[in-house]
Amino acid sequence: MDNFKYFPAKDVTEACALLARYGEEAKALSGGQSLVSMMKEKFISPSYIIDIKGISDLDYIRYTKDDGLRIGGLTTHRSVEKSDIIREKFFMLAEMEYTLASVAVRNWGTVGGNLCSADPASDLAPTLIALGAEVTLTGVDTERVVRLEEFFVDSFETILNEDEILTEIHVPNAIMSGGIHTKFARRATDLAVVSVATYLTLDVSNHDLCKDIRIVMGSVDPIPSRSKRAEELIKGQKINDVLIEKAAQIASEDIQPTTDLNGTEEFKRDIARVLVQRTIKEAAVRARTL
Amino acid sequence: MENLSLTVNGEHITAEINPGTTLQKFLYDNLGLTGTKEGCGEGLCGCCTVRVDGKAVKSCIILALQARGKNVQTIEGLAEGEKLDLIQEAFLDNGAFQCGYCTPGMIMAGKAHLDENPNPSEKDVRHALSGNLCRCTGYHKIVKAILSVDQKKVMDFKK
Repeated sequence: MDNFKYFPAKDVTEACALLARYGEEAKALSGGQSLVSMMKEKFISPSYIIDIKGISDLDYIRYTKDDGLRIGGLTTHRSVEKSDIIREKFFMLAEMEYTLASVAVRNWGTVGGNLCSADPASDLAPTLIALGAEVTLTGVDTERVVRLEEFFVDSFETILNEDEILTEIHVPNAIMSGGIHTKFARRATDLAVVSVATYLTLDVSNHDLCKDIRIVMGSVDPIPSRSKRAEELIKGQKINDVLIEKAAQIASEDIQPTTDLNGTEEFKRDIARVLVQRTIKEAAVRARTL
Repeated sequence: MENLSLTVNGEHITAEINPGTTLQKFLYDNLGLTGTKEGCGEGLCGCCTVRVDGKAVKSCIILALQARGKNVQTIEGLAEGEKLDLIQEAFLDNGAFQCGYCTPGMIMAGKAHLDENPNPSEKDVRHALSGNLCRCTGYHKIVKAILSVDQKKVMDFKK
């Protein structure tokens, strides 16, 4: 690692002030499970590290029936994985966390850090986008709430301003809804080659009808991508196998995966098609039963 | 240089370190605790696994400064003098190592899991150790060793 100056921040105010002072030469450090690894490889070499992991105010999981779920930006993946309320109300989130990296990484890495790192292969981003999440970005004098799908600009690039920290994730409550995240990876703990998160809401008066659906794919584009064409096909319709197959085919056409050591573009499209198919089916089952 | 103050294997330690020092490098180079190794350097292989406040972590991708004020346990901190921990006995009884390079990480990860989940299934153990790679053994005896740790004995041992 190249040399850097280190500042531990005791609260959000101090952290934002330090980030503002050092601007583009500074990086906020939470769990560092992405950042420290990148710094060791010199993929990134900040001159100033603002350590925010000690800000315990940002480590929380709260739920109310009206407001839904709120997770502090410094909550570890492991806390989300183990949370009783998340397992009960947003099972797909806890279920996804169980498969994320390995337990030691989940013990130290944070959900906010994962999102801000903006790795195209993140499992968390597609899952939260499917759940309709929004995030709070706090700066020196500012606070804004943005939909998570608008947070990502490019691979490893977000809309965060230099002085901003992701302080909270909000997942709204929903009835008659269910979803699942799944991924294809070559070995356990590998980054996903293709990942899909689908979340579906059924019509309250007619349980065969899809009221709303979000199909979000990861690892196949620089940022998590929704297949709006596939979603429009299913929205408002009676869910059946033929429709699901068509939607999955369309979804696989709406992505631009790159050919690499994990597979060709065609291979990845095909995997995406299968995963979209499977997740829509499972999401519909879960929406009925939960 | 930054000040670091923490507990390692029950001993209070203070040091002045370069902020870029990872926890693994601090344990290995500064404290001479060579059981915690840098294998891949990326937090994938698990050779660097130690426990911080009881939880398994990848010490090669954690800045040592982030462990300030915390309790760190390495493989060297398991035995009490000549008396081995039950998980160490289990590894010996089951022949659960060949070259031994992954072993400290495997034992620390295994022990962290058993503390959270005293009666794990095989699936639990394999999932808990998915962040620890072994090139020699094929994992079978490692898993067997961890499963064989009798939790009743652990409770008696702790008394």
